[in-house]
Amino acid sequence: MRELLLCPPDYYGIEYEINPWMSRARGAETPLAQKQWTELHATLSDLDCKIDLVPPQPKLPDMVFTANAGLTVGRKFIPSNFRHKERADEAPHFARWMEEHGYDVSWLPNDLYFEGEGDALFCGDLLFCGYKFRSDIQSHRAIADMLGCLVISVELVDPRFYHLDTCFCPLPDGAAVWFPAAFDDYGQRAIREHVAELIDVLPEEAMHFSCNAVVLEHDIVLPEGAPKLVAALHDRGYRCHELPMSEFIKAGGACKCLTMFMPQRASV
Amino acid sequence: MFSETVELRGHIIDSLILPKVLDQILTHGANFKIGEIKIGKKRADQSFARIEVSAETSEALDELVLRLRQHGAEVAKRADAHLAKAPADGVFPPDFYVTTNQQTFVRCDGKEIEVQPAMMDSAIAVDRKKRTARAVKFFDVSKGDEIVVGHEGIRVVPVQRSTSGTDLFQFINTTIDADEPKSGIIRELARELQRARTRKSKIAMVAGPAIVRTGAGEHLVRLIESRYVDRLFAGNSFAVYDVERALFGTSLGMNPDLAFARGGHENHLRAINTIREAGGISAAVEKKILTGGVIHACVRHNVDIVLTGSIRDEGPIPGVTTDVVEAQRVMREKLVDVTHVLLLATIQHSLAVASMLAPTVKTVCVDIDPSAVERAVEHQPLQSIGLVTDVEPFLRELADCIVQAGSVSRAKK
Repeated sequence: MRELLLCPPDYYGIEYEINPWMSRARGAETPLAQKQWTELHATLSDLDCKIDLVPPQPKLPDMVFTANAGLTVGRKFIPSNFRHKERADEAPHFARWMEEHGYDVSWLPNDLYFEGEGDALFCGDLLFCGYKFRSDIQSHRAIADMLGCLVISVELVDPRFYHLDTCFCPLPDGAAVWFPAAFDDYGQRAIREHVAELIDVLPEEAMHFSCNAVVLEHDIVLPEGAPKLVAALHDRGYRCHELPMSEFIKAGGACKCLTMFMPQRASV
Repeated sequence: MFSETVELRGHIIDSLILPKVLDQILTHGANFKIGEIKIGKKRADQSFARIEVSAETSEALDELVLRLRQHGAEVAKRADAHLAKAPADGVFPPDFYVTTNQQTFVRCDGKEIEVQPAMMDSAIAVDRKKRTARAVKFFDVSKGDEIVVGHEGIRVVPVQRSTSGTDLFQFINTTIDADEPKSGIIRELARELQRARTRKSKIAMVAGPAIVRTGAGEHLVRLIESRYVDRLFAGNSFAVYDVERALFGTSLGMNPDLAFARGGHENHLRAINTIREAGGISAAVEKKILTGGVIHACVRHNVDIVLTGSIRDEGPIPGVTTDVVEAQRVMREKLVDVTHVLLLATIQHSLAVASMLAPTVKTVCVDIDPSAVERAVEHQPLQSIGLVTDVEPFLRELADCIVQAGSVSRAKK
């Protein structure tokens, strides 16, 4: 059974603009957002996941995106150092909760930006880390030191895909779903060299945050709007659960952003 | 070139960060030199690379380094230069750094400043507020000036050999001995000077009295009239010989046109007296007292004449700077924008000028004495040509090439 951390969207809303998706003029509809989140929670619960809820905090609307709380490996939790001051106050709440739940919290030096599982995803035994928009590449080196694993740093070049989990989604069979144009040439080459099989997502499907999926063994929970990707995943033997995510996409997040694995890996 | 050392650490090979950083350096028109590289042995081991990045300007370097930092490159800490105050006017602090004539940079408050001008056998005075560094001689320094001491924080960039296929200096950086053919090189030199002329580069001649005594003055006049001379550096003797030749047909009493004719040595003194009486060289030209010769041609064609004296001088002829410190200052000032220098049959002035040249100045030394040629060209090891020969056939052939090329191009027009 996978254990996941979610945060109820009690205070969720578009209250600032820190990525190209966000527009205060086009705010999220609160009842619909709550409905969509509840559906995600129900879907993950039905898939036999143990779900923990971190208490939401007023004035921290993006706390709902728990993938950015940090990175958990075994009982070690590395909290994020958020780049934007709007999200910086989330970090102590997440860290305290993790500590209270028995995790060993290891902070990065506070001058290194790192946005947790949003920019750090294991594929096979490699940890792929995105950098530039949110995380610094220097933080990857520190993560590699802390975990003792090989980190592949890839540069993100499209501001709409500002976190790695918006354009790259590893699968349990060693393959990965990705949107290549979100990476620079070197990042694309590095991914191609280290990932056995890659499933390209079309630009129109990538725009629906199709890569932002929660992968659970044979089940994949992803936003609706990617029929071609769903067909490809189905052909590989995965069951896809498509959910409406419109109100969270308005803030630049979807299924995966709303979920953090505890842990992402038992060990490295 | 301005440079900075950056370090890369991490999984820079598997992530292709190292090739990305190196490619970015090159695509931004800069260069790199890998100082050290350590590749991790085991899968999770991190690698390390120390890279010296160099760019044409300080701004371009800053911008590039900022870009590289985004990919994890960190600027390696380098020590600042040590500075000490000059204890008195004209006195450097002990252990002051002595310059070469190569491009030199001083690190101050973490940033490099280029030493201007590049001048050998000087100290370096730093003005931290203005962020300038200048090469200074003893007489330039005042009590309290901050002077670089020791070698830390100093970077010297040797001149690179030219890679231009059309550059004569790319192929010949040696001395052509008396018994070796010279016509080919002289023709190439003429073409090089023509290119310099087209680019409006400044050409200087350093002239010894042998030019007049061998009868080569008229060839130098042809070069001046063809606008191939911007500055003339010479001593009192050259000027006096040239004027004596113009006024009396002799130089130091000898007539170069007559194998055995000798006049009185007094012509030498009479020439000086004539110029003194006229009120100087320019006045003598204006009053049509001086109507020929090299100095006359210089005045007529607005060539800067820099005449400097020595202890043996008769006269001196008016216009000669006799204060050696002042003479050095004037010479340096007049050499700042010069790109090509011909050192012609004068060891004393050739060595003085050669010691003041920036390493990029293209230098040709012509002298009948091989040791004079060797000594003059050793200051510019990658930008000089030495020819061991009598100066008269050299100048005749060079002037022929240039005048001939000039008339061909005029005919084409």
